[in-house]
Amino acid sequence: MNTSIANLLVSQRNEIFQEWMHQQLSSEAMRADLISEADLRTESDRFLEVISRAVQSGNFNDIRAPEYKPVLEMLERFSRSRGLQGFTPSETATFVFSFKQPLFNALRKSGNGEPAEQIENVWAANLLIDKLGLYTTEMYQQSREEVIRRQQEEMLELSTPVVQIWEGILALPLIGTLDSARTSVMMETLLQKIVETRSELAIIDITGVPTVDTLVAQHLLKTVAAARLMGADCLISGIRPQIAQTMVHLQIDLSEVTTKATLAEALRFALKRSGRPTQSKDSRE
Amino acid sequence: MDRIPAPMDRIPILRMGDLLLVTIQVDMHDRLASALQDDLTGKIAEVSAKGVLIDISSLDIVDSFIGRMLANTSAMARVLGAEAVVVGMQPAVAITLVELGVNLSGVHTALDVEKGVEMLRNRIGFPERDDTDVRF
Repeated sequence: MNTSIANLLVSQRNEIFQEWMHQQLSSEAMRADLISEADLRTESDRFLEVISRAVQSGNFNDIRAPEYKPVLEMLERFSRSRGLQGFTPSETATFVFSFKQPLFNALRKSGNGEPAEQIENVWAANLLIDKLGLYTTEMYQQSREEVIRRQQEEMLELSTPVVQIWEGILALPLIGTLDSARTSVMMETLLQKIVETRSELAIIDITGVPTVDTLVAQHLLKTVAAARLMGADCLISGIRPQIAQTMVHLQIDLSEVTTKATLAEALRFALKRSGRPTQSKDSRE
Repeated sequence: MDRIPAPMDRIPILRMGDLLLVTIQVDMHDRLASALQDDLTGKIAEVSAKGVLIDISSLDIVDSFIGRMLANTSAMARVLGAEAVVVGMQPAVAITLVELGVNLSGVHTALDVEKGVEMLRNRIGFPERDDTDVRF
């Protein structure tokens, strides 16, 4: 039934290819700034090759069938690289959709078969190319999502450093929203560092934490309790006035924890506690 | 040829002047725990110990039973006039005890034996200083 398309793609391959190239190069979606003509030729040639082979089977419907595997693989690689180069999803899919014109022109010129059959052929090819175009867009989306996920993981790792700011004093500056996963990581990292450095004081600074709710506060308090069980004390610093209000409204019990507004105040307190002389700017303490 | 060590039926108590040191290395069960408490309270009284160090640095898992045992032993020591400090708690153990909600509020803790001794000295003073003079 659709052998005419399969045959055309083989017998008229060159003509179809030239027409397609001509059309792509003269279209406004070409993006000559992002891709060279030579590269476009290579990609188009590759697409033509894999799709010719796939349609020899006569299957124009099921793009998940094994004969289409090379096509899908090529499109996946293609989407990914176009995405990285900065093409939009539409520009990327247009590559596939633009193949319709040269193909239909070739069908028209070949002229054999009755009109009804011709229309069937055109329709089948149309559906196939639509499916492949949509697949290309989906692959584009997927690779974008992978980038986002990877960046999220990197951010997670970046955000829980424990630094030794003085002999026996550790600081854990927290940045960003605290959720269960991050807080467990933070807890373990801090406690491990306490053992490693034999520090008896740790300052958890939450200047960079935008909101504190009951759950976050519970996590913080658990960390403080665990450190105390091990023989170290924790201070919480960087509490913004807004957060102080929230914590009291939420009736979070901070009676067991020493809290300071700034990291500087916490450090001064810590140094005093460990018996180092500190010079006060004022005599408030 | 290696000999398989016999299971511990009593935990040894070491003496360092007026301090006693106990190292817990095995899983505690009821009998072992009460034997320890018997031995420890006996020893505190016998040598008039002023401080007790309970080293749990070898324990990597605990349950609420051990938590209670530590709290009780500390309390017993205090009643007999000795301060107890638990040292060397591993992070995973600390987290577990917090999650279990075990109340260890009366128990002093320190990172290791050295810091534990330092803490005890700060609290109970040094052997030369006799601050238990009876006042008339």
